Amino acid sequence: MDAVVETQPAIGWQDEVYVLLRRNGITQIAYVPDAGHSILIDRSLADPDVQSIALTTEEEGVALIAGADLGGARAVLLMQSSGVGNCVNMLSLIKGGRFPFLTLVSMRGDFGEGNPWQFAMGQATEAVLAAMGVICMRIEHPADVVATMNAALTMVFKSGQAVAVLLSQRLIGAKPF
Amino acid sequence: MPRKPPLSPTVTAGVALERSEAVPALIGRHEDFLIIAGLGGTACDVGAVTGDSPHVYSLSGAMGAACMMGLGLALARPQQRVLVVTGDGELLMSIGALATIAVIDPPNLAILCVDNGHYGETGWQKSHTSLGVDLEKIAAGCGIKHTHTVSGASEIAAGARLLHESNGASFVVARVKPTEPPAFKRNLDAAFCRDRFRAALTPV
Repeated sequence: MDAVVETQPAIGWQDEVYVLLRRNGITQIAYVPDAGHSILIDRSLADPDVQSIALTTEEEGVALIAGADLGGARAVLLMQSSGVGNCVNMLSLIKGGRFPFLTLVSMRGDFGEGNPWQFAMGQATEAVLAAMGVICMRIEHPADVVATMNAALTMVFKSGQAVAVLLSQRLIGAKPF
Repeated sequence: MPRKPPLSPTVTAGVALERSEAVPALIGRHEDFLIIAGLGGTACDVGAVTGDSPHVYSLSGAMGAACMMGLGLALARPQQRVLVVTGDGELLMSIGALATIAVIDPPNLAILCVDNGHYGETGWQKSHTSLGVDLEKIAAGCGIKHTHTVSGASEIAAGARLLHESNGASFVVARVKPTEPPAFKRNLDAAFCRDRFRAALTPV
């Protein structure tokens, strides 16, 4: 019974994340289409005070965040763990320029993954981000979402760090395919 | 066998522009823009025009970043014009950014591609634009409404006007001869340049 409960998408935490992003002054939300981020994407599209930027590939969002920061705005990148691999060299811009950087990463290739193609990048995600100087904060349970997001937002926008919040498949629900 | 390009840099027929003349003429009053300069020759093109100036952020790595940095900056500063100056090589690496920009269509974003048809920094290998790829058609195909290719001096004024005045994302290709960019010593401290750029922004 526990396993069933754990793989159900939790109701409500995605909305809490959106409120925190907006409360912290984020006005640009860059994304690639992703089921795990669909609530955030839809809320940003419905928000007249936010620019929603659909990307063709994730590294576009890394550069966008740096450009937004140059103009005094705050941005976030929503992507899947597979997209982390596409961002690697672009993250040298973040590290070299000491740009504040926040990304929310919906995980594949971890807890309960049913598609073997997802494991290579999913299991490499934290190592790749860490190698490029991005601090990883993993969330496994809905009860930890708000505290972790608040911590990440402080680290990024008060301390100027690069942070990836990893939303595990235990949190968002594993894909059976 | 697939077609192979010749090994030495060659001037494409009809291309007569010198980058050292065309780029300053297209940029015009550089103070009218916040500027992102792509890595390689275009950072030197811009530096020769602006000097080491706080309203310019020049890349020396992170190839492919220029256009999307320009988009983030343009959205953050809607009251100012943003100019991205990038080379054909960098643009080809991040060609999807043109689609992303076209969809948003910010009225204050202008992109100038200095297209010499080659990778000048790495030994003058030909780029795809020497081999038939047309960047203006790609930009137009993405949906960017204001596009222009500048191949001769008589077209510079029209290109400059697009960069300065278009009400929507604009994209100008300057087809220049494969010659060395102007000598300019870039400031390579990316974090210093970030702080300087932000400090120099005019209050909103």
